[in-house]
Amino acid sequence: MTDVLSSREDTHELLRFATAGSVDDGKSTLIGRLLFDSKSLFDDQWDAVEAVSAGRGDEYTDLALLTDGLRSEREQGITIDVAYRYFSTPERKFIIADTPGHIQYTRNMVTGASTADLALILVDARKGLVEQSRRHAFLCSLLRVPHMVLCVNKMDLVDYDEAVFKQIENEFKAFATKLEVPDLTVIPISALKGDNVVNRSENMPWFQGPSLLHHLEKVHIASDRNLVDVRFPVQHVIRPHSSDNHDYRGYAGQIASGVMKPGDEVMVLPSGFTSRIASIETADGPLDEAFPPLSVTVRLEDELDVSRGDMLCRPGNQPRVSQDIEAMVCWMDEARPLRLRGKYAIKHTTSDARAVVKDVQYQLDVNTLHRDESASELKLNEIGRVTLRTTKPLLCDDYRRNRATGGFIIIDESDNRTVGAGIIV
Amino acid sequence: MSDYRISHIAALEAEAIFIFREVAATCQRPVLLFSGGKDSIVMLHLAQKAFAPAPVPFPVMHVDTGQNFAEVIDYRDRRVAETGVQLIVASVQDAIDRGMVTEPPDGTRNRIQTPVLLEAAEKYQFDALFGGARRDEEKARAKERVFSFRDDFGQWDPKNQRPELWNLYNGRVHPGEQIRVFPLSNWTELDVWRYIGSESIPLPEVYFASEREVVDRGGMLYAVNEFIQPREGETVFKETVRYRTVGDANLTAGVRSEARTIEEIIAEVESTRITERGATRGDDKTSEAAMEDRKREGYF
Ligand SMILES: Nc1nc2c(ncn2[C@@H]2O[C@H](COP(=O)(O)OP(=O)(O)OP(=O)(O)O)[C@@H](O)[C@H]2O)c(=O)[nH]1
Ligand SMILES: [Mg+2]
Repeated sequence: MTDVLSSREDTHELLRFATAGSVDDGKSTLIGRLLFDSKSLFDDQWDAVEAVSAGRGDEYTDLALLTDGLRSEREQGITIDVAYRYFSTPERKFIIADTPGHIQYTRNMVTGASTADLALILVDARKGLVEQSRRHAFLCSLLRVPHMVLCVNKMDLVDYDEAVFKQIENEFKAFATKLEVPDLTVIPISALKGDNVVNRSENMPWFQGPSLLHHLEKVHIASDRNLVDVRFPVQHVIRPHSSDNHDYRGYAGQIASGVMKPGDEVMVLPSGFTSRIASIETADGPLDEAFPPLSVTVRLEDELDVSRGDMLCRPGNQPRVSQDIEAMVCWMDEARPLRLRGKYAIKHTTSDARAVVKDVQYQLDVNTLHRDESASELKLNEIGRVTLRTTKPLLCDDYRRNRATGGFIIIDESDNRTVGAGIIV
Repeated sequence: MSDYRISHIAALEAEAIFIFREVAATCQRPVLLFSGGKDSIVMLHLAQKAFAPAPVPFPVMHVDTGQNFAEVIDYRDRRVAETGVQLIVASVQDAIDRGMVTEPPDGTRNRIQTPVLLEAAEKYQFDALFGGARRDEEKARAKERVFSFRDDFGQWDPKNQRPELWNLYNGRVHPGEQIRVFPLSNWTELDVWRYIGSESIPLPEVYFASEREVVDRGGMLYAVNEFIQPREGETVFKETVRYRTVGDANLTAGVRSEARTIEEIIAEVESTRITERGATRGDDKTSEAAMEDRKREGYF
């Protein structure tokens, strides 16, 4: 095949990043600026926002309109739900999640951050850190977004003053020591004017670091994946029921972590039976090895009873098998709080279970990280540590070790809404 | 592959296959919306790969406005025969004849597809409908979840979407409600074309450039066909065009192009300055929030 078609061999890395920070700190404007200055916008998209901005009588074209696409977002001038945008440079392909800063929509920020490799935390240079900046930084660390960039924005409004920048940088670093932030970079920017977004700023000669885009292109993400612990949650059993494939039985799923090869000894959980991998198949043919995030079909040498929700692992490296779950929970339901002895449905890997809240150990104040142990419920946007008892064992790891087997969602069984996010500790 | 890296196209394929399998394993009656357009063609291809060597475990449905490009309908029927999937046709013409919907005076049937789609979903009790929409297409779509909840009336409420964390998709619904599932959410137009190229997926002829008789309407080139007849004062002229999207034959405009192969199309898409909907869709021009409004009503 010709060059343009060899896209399967083109191993451009994919970086997913999400914005975070308080309302009006300039997240959407920054994304607009990034798209505009990297020439990733189409002419008709630009013409459309120019027309809307001009029609409203804006002094300049509002870059936030590029992601704030809903009618109510434009009426209110705020972001309500995550917008996803895509762009690429010769270095990388990017998926952006532009999330809302307003506290009422924290669950939408959590949605965007849950799959991110990197979070951009924006702070308005005039205001410094506010409660919502701390809440979002805390949520990003709880979700273990591996890389964080603090963007001190609106530097144009503080005369590009280094002292203002340093003060916010120090304050944030002091807060971050109480969180787990594996990799932090701090950049002074003006999303509106473009300083240090794509191009290095001439207004801040005192800043020696890279522009934001340069950092996004270079930050090392290859070792963020877990290639050690083999975890293969069985998603679907493939049985063709046709004469050519009479005895075919394959376990379809996406590899959550680790590397699998034909011939490897594997254990099926929760049953505990062992077998060997006969083959790892895809519609394009068998593979010599498979690793995240490939979707494959695994066949075993022995006829075992394996179904959706089971997990394949190595006998010497197993997840926990437990019905008593300790987790940090972020509550996302405005109608009803999470309550002691409340019963919910949960979804964890490919497994569905029911759970009862046995204990609410504490609720966390995101500003001070103080633990309120008298709490017996979690209201909308509150975060706390709870103990759950599940109707069947979960095959899980600590979230810090494995994002794929350590997270679960909580579902209200009366109306099927997703009401909480759980992180196993 | 020795350093355990895959291309972003391979990652998008793995994600889409995961989504197909998740729906098949957790929903009662899924259906794939299949129009014969490139996004739905890619979806059907991915569905086949997700369940191989077993057949695709759900039917496909075409909400047929009766205003199609003939080549596209031929292609649809050929693909359906090759894959052996069951095809359900929900006919807009039939709904007009029954008095269920009224044809708008301008003859465009885009908007009246919605009640026909919802009626069919109810009739067959579909609880999960796969759509080929991509977030890069349009600003309201950029906001939508992969598993997007629709109430009893098929309505989308963009201000109250279910949170969607990691790849833990919540497909639970009560009878009468549905989930719209978008396996191509994270694909761009260029990703779709590159994938079609690398997988050698055949496409209807309308996607490739050829000389057609066209009329110019507001800067858009519409091919003269059964549904597009020159109006007074319009001149018909010959132009080499191809289609970047394929919607109704009376609403979809072609773009000037010499691209006669997938490689040439990819090269063009790589350097284009206009989005595909901006370049080709008369139906999106009505207002700034046209798509959001249609989606709220239950559109694809
Ligand atoms: N002077 C100046 N104004 C800025 C800058 N960045 C953003 N703004 C302005 O700040 C206001 C809010 O910007 P948005 O981008 O909508 O803020 P946001 O963080 O996306 O807000 P939410 O999404 O609602 O949380 C707008 O009026 C912007 O023009 C900057 O660097 N300098
Ligand atoms: Mg915003």
